[in-house]
Amino acid sequence: MIKGKIHSLESFGTVDGPGVRYVVFVKGCPMRCQFCHNPDTWSMEGATEMTADEILAAYDRNHPFYKNGGLTVTGGEPLVQIDFVTELFEKAKAEGIHTCLDTSGAPFRKDNAALVAKYDRLMKVTDLIMLDIKHVDEEAHLKLCSFSGIPIRDFAKYTEQRGVDLLIRHVLVPGITQDDDALYRLGLYLGTLKNVKALDVLPYHTMGVNKYHELGIEYPLEGVPALTKDDAKKAREVILSGMREERHILATEHKED
Amino acid sequence: MYEQWEGFAGGNWQREVDVRNFIQKNYTPYDGDEAFLAGPTETTKELWAQVMDLFQKEREAGGVLDMDTREPSTITSHAAGYLDKDKETIVGFQTDKPLKRAFHPYGGIRIAMGACRDNGYEVDPEMVDFFTKHRKTHNDGVFDAYTPEIRACRSNHIITGLPDGYGRGRIIGDYRRVALYGVNFLIKDKEAQKASTPHVMTEDTIREREELSEQIKALKALIELGKIYGCDISVPAKNVQEAIQWTYFGYLAAVKEQNGAAMSLGRTSTFIDIYAERDLKNGTFTEEQIQEFVDHFIMKLRMVKFARTPEYNALFTGDPQWVTESIGGVGIDGRHMVTKMSFRYLHTLENLGTAPEPNLTVLWSTRLPVSFKKYCAKISIISSSVQYENDDLMRVTHGDDYAIACCVSSMRVGKEMQFFGARANLAKCLLYAINGGVDENTRKQVGPKYRPITSEYLDYDEVRAAYSDMMQWLAGVYVNALNIIHYMHDKYCYERLQMALHDRKVTRWFATGIAGLSVVADSLSAIKYAKVKTVRDETGIVTDYIVEGDFPKYGNDDDRVDLIAADIVKEFMTYIRQQYTYRGGIPTTSILTITSNVVYGKNTGSTPDGRKGGVPFAPGANPMHKRDSHGAVASLASVAKIPFKEAQDGISNTFSIIPDALGKNYTVSTSDLDVDLDLKLE
Repeated sequence: MIKGKIHSLESFGTVDGPGVRYVVFVKGCPMRCQFCHNPDTWSMEGATEMTADEILAAYDRNHPFYKNGGLTVTGGEPLVQIDFVTELFEKAKAEGIHTCLDTSGAPFRKDNAALVAKYDRLMKVTDLIMLDIKHVDEEAHLKLCSFSGIPIRDFAKYTEQRGVDLLIRHVLVPGITQDDDALYRLGLYLGTLKNVKALDVLPYHTMGVNKYHELGIEYPLEGVPALTKDDAKKAREVILSGMREERHILATEHKED
Repeated sequence: MYEQWEGFAGGNWQREVDVRNFIQKNYTPYDGDEAFLAGPTETTKELWAQVMDLFQKEREAGGVLDMDTREPSTITSHAAGYLDKDKETIVGFQTDKPLKRAFHPYGGIRIAMGACRDNGYEVDPEMVDFFTKHRKTHNDGVFDAYTPEIRACRSNHIITGLPDGYGRGRIIGDYRRVALYGVNFLIKDKEAQKASTPHVMTEDTIREREELSEQIKALKALIELGKIYGCDISVPAKNVQEAIQWTYFGYLAAVKEQNGAAMSLGRTSTFIDIYAERDLKNGTFTEEQIQEFVDHFIMKLRMVKFARTPEYNALFTGDPQWVTESIGGVGIDGRHMVTKMSFRYLHTLENLGTAPEPNLTVLWSTRLPVSFKKYCAKISIISSSVQYENDDLMRVTHGDDYAIACCVSSMRVGKEMQFFGARANLAKCLLYAINGGVDENTRKQVGPKYRPITSEYLDYDEVRAAYSDMMQWLAGVYVNALNIIHYMHDKYCYERLQMALHDRKVTRWFATGIAGLSVVADSLSAIKYAKVKTVRDETGIVTDYIVEGDFPKYGNDDDRVDLIAADIVKEFMTYIRQQYTYRGGIPTTSILTITSNVVYGKNTGSTPDGRKGGVPFAPGANPMHKRDSHGAVASLASVAKIPFKEAQDGISNTFSIIPDALGKNYTVSTSDLDVDLDLKLE
């Protein structure tokens, strides 16, 4: 059995998908987003190795807690360990557990047929994907995450084709994503994805800063102030207005056909 | 048949005191939501503003507004007291003025004097003289009988919080009986009991006759208390307002007589609802009026206060009364026991704002109606003031008419009582096992001079065996101390009114308690799975421990350590059960130091889990602070492995969480993903 490289386990996850969830944090991530609050999951070093069966055994011990929730894999970037996640989700689905994948979509490559085949297999056993869209503009995306946003958009389109529900998450950072124009255009883009079912806008917070200090890594957003829930609510409205506009355009085009 | 009973379904309750039968025959389960509830009336708002003002003044005065220093509190000791006589629909205070604290010398005159002095008052010298020379108190009695060994255990804090200088509390009178039957009926019942005692005057019979006489006197005084406030409670209550008022008089009489460590109310809401339903049907009162009665009742319960010393308040953290009221639960016939009154009680947290007292406790079952569960969640979110207890677990032992005394002690109302037992410090006991009975802080030989552990590194089997011996010793001293305490409390500070509201045959739970369980579990786990090196002083006493390597920690759903915790509880309880207990008390134990864990930790030296001397223990059965690294469910799962049958007096887990960490208000759930996005296509 494949061993996953695990950072930690959270038995009472309430913000990583619907309901109360058992949350698996995996190690390893190709991105280096400036606002990342889990820098301790970037590297594979110091991981605890666990099999899918071991994780499900821990889940099953307390399964009544998760009857309105399920299992979430987050990280780190779960798709770096796609074989492990697939095995875990296949076994979970066999037990009727709701599965949620929290990902950036970054490792996806639409032209790699062998890789896409692996994704096909994973999508069959994934009930919900929480997809982080870091920034709508490619240039800004590169700057913010040291990584292109193109495979992420490819992945989003791919999930639409596979019919897997998306919960979009977007982190609102002052001076980076807190920009009504960009937010509106993000909405226009999201409006094209028919499988988007929910949208979370997360206000930037500074709770990850200590981890950077402990790890001896320079914190790229030093001095950037945290935002409030109200800021996030407003931003969410802007994105939603963009989504509505796009959906409206699509509907009109459809009528004209 | 009383005219006040018209409209109720009859049953055995009409022939003998049987409140449960009345409830089961008459209550109306409510499955709806909170839409029917009424907000606070103008009168309620005015009265509550007055109370808030008094609370403010009390804080400004340093915690106490006024104290009685010469009139020992009895059921009828004080004239009527009011906030605003015309506005209060439920009346009665402990003394003649709101928030004026009563003088309770029977538990111990020195404590009563201390409570006064610490708040800037002096007890009348005549009273001091009287309760020193002429009338013995509970406290005096206990210290007359204590052995040197018990005193040493007490002063070295291996047995702590003993109710030897204050009222033991934890007894819940069935105050509903006052409303349902009226006091005359209850007096007749007690007189019949007295007339039927055995003919041979053994010590037990003599005591029973004396106690029944005291109970009858207390009931007669209760009628007088009603009269002081212009109510005739010798007869049954005729409507919901009277039912609340009569019930409250029963409770008020109890808190006038006893300054107990926990003076809980019982399980009144579904009982009261039967009257409310009848009144609503007959058009006697409107929903708004009924809610007003409830609001005023709860207001009174929020104003129950006692004179206490700073040491007492440090032990219990703050100035708690534990006016616990148990709400909801499921009946043994399968019907849930949630009524509209269950909602009305919780609704007071909206109408009057949040408050820790009364301690509203929901008897939680998976089978409670969903609308009520949702309302509980809503009230928890806005008030952080609702306590939850597992009805599915307790119903098996206590049926469907039990209530919670204090925070977790369950007992059948009017049929079972508890001898409150404070706690044994099992973490310190482990240190005694290692140090051969010598206290690590005071260096006194407190425990028996068993062979100490002399190795540099601790060996699990050796320590574990020594620990068993020391626990066995501790259980013996501990239960002996409690036997003395309860004997003397019955003798000098008998709860005659509360016991008058009990059946003749009462089951007595002989409660004990455990402090420091998670420290013990982690310490033994460290010794077993890591290496624990001892640090000794020049006399060879271990003063500190160095843990080398990692070990499984209680609170992560890891059986390797969780089962150590469960075994310790079971073993200690076995030793407790081996002891003689006063008055046939049935031994139980609890793991529920919700507040006093700080004090216990302060008096306990460094432990083999790496905890430094003086650091607080975890509350109750909680894992040690920050040692649970797998989230709340895993932490709760560890606690849930403690066998309830070995700790029937309760296992507590204190759990704080910020509302945001409980999920997002716009979070979707698995079934309604589409609700969130309002993207209507035009």
